[in-house]
Amino acid sequence: MDGLFIVMVGALVAAAVYLLLARDLPRVLIGFVLLGTGVNLAILAAGRVGAMVPPLVPPGSSALPDVVANPLPQALILTAIVIGFGLTAFALMLVVKVYARFRTVAADDLTEAEGAATPAAATLASQTPLTRQEAA
Amino acid sequence: MLALPILGVGIAAVLASLARPRIASVVGVIAALAALTVYLTQVSSVAEGLIPTAAFGAVPALGIAGGLRLDGLSLVFVLLITGIGALILLFAEGYLADDPKRKRLVAMLLVFMLAMLGAVTADDVIVLFVFWELTSLTSFLLVGYKHEREASRRAALQALLVTGGGGLVLLAGLILLTMAAGTTSLSGIIAAQSAVLADPLASVAMVLIILGCFTKSAQVPFHFWLPNAMAAPTPVSAYLHSATMVKLGVYLLARLNPLYQEEALWQALLSYGGIATALTGVCLAFRETDLKRVLAYTTVTALGTLVMLIGIAPDLSITAAMTFLVVHAFYKAALFMIAGAIDHAAGTRDASQLRGLGQVMPVTALAAGLAAFSMAGLPPFVGFVAKELIYEAKLEMGSAATGLIVAGFLVNAATVAIAVVLSWRLFAGRQLVAPSGAASPPHDPPLSMMVGPVVLACLGLMAGTLPTVLGAVLIDPAVTAVLGRPADVTLKLWHGFNAVLALSAATVAVGIVLYLLWERLVPRLKAVSLLDRFGPSVGYEHWLAATLRLATRTTTTIQHGSLTGYVRTLVLVMAVACLGMLILRGGVAWPQGGASLDARAGLGGLMLIGLGGTVLARTALQAVLAMGLVGFTTALVFLMFGAPDVAFTQFVVETLLVVILTTALMRLPIQGRDGRSRQQKLGDAGVALLCGVAVAAVLAAVLASPFDPRLSVWFGAESLPAAHGRNVVNVILVDFRALDTLGEITVLAIAAFAVVALLRSNRPADPAAPSPQGPLA
Repeated sequence: MDGLFIVMVGALVAAAVYLLLARDLPRVLIGFVLLGTGVNLAILAAGRVGAMVPPLVPPGSSALPDVVANPLPQALILTAIVIGFGLTAFALMLVVKVYARFRTVAADDLTEAEGAATPAAATLASQTPLTRQEAA
Repeated sequence: MLALPILGVGIAAVLASLARPRIASVVGVIAALAALTVYLTQVSSVAEGLIPTAAFGAVPALGIAGGLRLDGLSLVFVLLITGIGALILLFAEGYLADDPKRKRLVAMLLVFMLAMLGAVTADDVIVLFVFWELTSLTSFLLVGYKHEREASRRAALQALLVTGGGGLVLLAGLILLTMAAGTTSLSGIIAAQSAVLADPLASVAMVLIILGCFTKSAQVPFHFWLPNAMAAPTPVSAYLHSATMVKLGVYLLARLNPLYQEEALWQALLSYGGIATALTGVCLAFRETDLKRVLAYTTVTALGTLVMLIGIAPDLSITAAMTFLVVHAFYKAALFMIAGAIDHAAGTRDASQLRGLGQVMPVTALAAGLAAFSMAGLPPFVGFVAKELIYEAKLEMGSAATGLIVAGFLVNAATVAIAVVLSWRLFAGRQLVAPSGAASPPHDPPLSMMVGPVVLACLGLMAGTLPTVLGAVLIDPAVTAVLGRPADVTLKLWHGFNAVLALSAATVAVGIVLYLLWERLVPRLKAVSLLDRFGPSVGYEHWLAATLRLATRTTTTIQHGSLTGYVRTLVLVMAVACLGMLILRGGVAWPQGGASLDARAGLGGLMLIGLGGTVLARTALQAVLAMGLVGFTTALVFLMFGAPDVAFTQFVVETLLVVILTTALMRLPIQGRDGRSRQQKLGDAGVALLCGVAVAAVLAAVLASPFDPRLSVWFGAESLPAAHGRNVVNVILVDFRALDTLGEITVLAIAAFAVVALLRSNRPADPAAPSPQGPLA
């Protein structure tokens, strides 16, 4: 079954990156969700997969039987899913707010924080040299 | 004992910055005079050859020896620094009487004085360097004192960059020197002369040190910062840029002279660099009419002469150098203060507009006359003694020094001409025009501004009439320190009729001819625009602009402001790092063994359909729905692989996500089309494929490596006995890792609050308009 997971994780990551590189923010957000899913599946696979039996201690026994699913990755993934959901909800609200304020969700149009290619140094460099009259 | 003045001046600087302006000046003058007194008590013992030392700033853990030492050379400098410093502080009180923030100037001048005292008494290259840099920093602050003016700020920056850059070069040289000598102690390095000179990098160290000193002492080609630094208030120019800081380079060259004096390269660099600087200085001085800039260029000339004299080594020249050092400090500080007084009284410093000031400013005229006589090197002033010595030293070298003699002759003649301009032309005759800009007619400045020039000018006269006293008390011990042995030269005012006297007479004659041509010469030289378009000053501007352009380009390349670009960089770095690591470790391995494929593999097909939907979706809404398919398939995968708890969570979360995303996207009245061109899509797909392959390869490598089940086995065995739960996943979450889960809940709660806050804040689209409600209203 390892091959199945390798293909699924690879496909999820590829699709996620493709969407992350999109110019509109809703797609970026979807890419973000897919990336989380891909990582969750990778974690599950890293704990080795195959068994269908959930990790429950059967009545009359005090320990897990031998052929059950690995409980540890499941605990990690549960946490990751919930946190990922919180993060996605927050990011979505940011996108909504961005639209409300700038009337666009195109990443390339959002240049208020970092104007493209005009840092302060450019204006400094364009100053005229120190002349004799000035310094006098 | 030696640390006392340094500490005292430091405390005075703190007090001055706290006190009221007038009190600050008083504190400063008292501190300088007290330090002067302390050093004066050492004069007799130094003259007898007893050299006081003190422990200071040692850091044994770093191998820094530390220590202060006051030999003849240091003594000359500390007396000039404290003595002239006291007069300057007094002058500043009068000069800046209307300036409410002048106590800052006083405090900074005191910090500068502290740094200078430390630098010239340090017996350790690291201690010396720290104080050396402190003088550069205080010079930056003092030149930029009138920080409201752009020219001041840029002149300050220029002085800092040139001297600070030179400081770094110097540090490299000093470190090489320290490594060769095995000690940071200056006297230790000089004592280890043979080891230092035998080092393969000895000449590199020497050239680096010379470069550092040349920047500090404004030698060609670094001379340009000094005239620009005249943007500083006149007291600062008089103190830093004539009498003290610019001589620090000369000091270090003199200090290291015992080490290098036999080296041909040392002699050549210093003598030719010095004379080139001197000639450049006088030539450029003839292009100026601003008194302060004229003085600045003559200072460049004097510094060049001093460096040249150190370079031509024998006894006479070092004696001449030390004498000229003192002489120059006396007359140049006086002339700077006089220029400040004229500026203060007449409202202009332009020499071409000023005539006949002697009628209204008699005391200033007297002081200027005395100082200018010393500058011109006329008897019976001490300047004459120094000039005679300089000529004598050069003549002694014989035919080898013909070039030096001719150049020196021109320099001295031009200096005579400028001295006549500064005294006769400014003060004699009738007033040319009433200078504009002055509220009241010109007059002698207040007493506080007169004391400095008069005292210094009179000292020049006294030292000239009693040269043997000056020689025995100050010059001889200094020469001993510079040569490493006593020199047999006696300072005399009258040498009899000889070649030197003839040269002096000729100098004065040519100087007066030059003065008569001055009025016609200056505009002509000013018109030579070639000098403004080329030269080191323009080079500095180009270098500065190029540095800023490079920074701009680097910043715009790295911080380009495109979100997509940042993401692309991020994922590409990740993919390349993953693949590179795998290749370095011997290629990609495919996992062997493990469970064989069964019907569950069909889920992979469902997943690929969902993913294809998200990628190919034409609108964002379609993409969300396809994403839901992927999410539910994932939930099924969890269910089929023994993780029902995870599967149910995934179902719930995925349902919520689809609902929320759809709702939110409905609120955005947009098409949600993918705005990329076909070409962009292809490029992005390539990047995406690379990333997918990289992550898949890493996962394959992980699965191919042996599995360590100890942790899972431990949780499985301890779940029931220790935590009384049969569902191991739940037990891990709420018992073994309960704190993590608490943290997770907290994060989720904070995210929820933030989302609510964002939703409730109805900020208008106009970012400038204030919000009508609070964010949580």
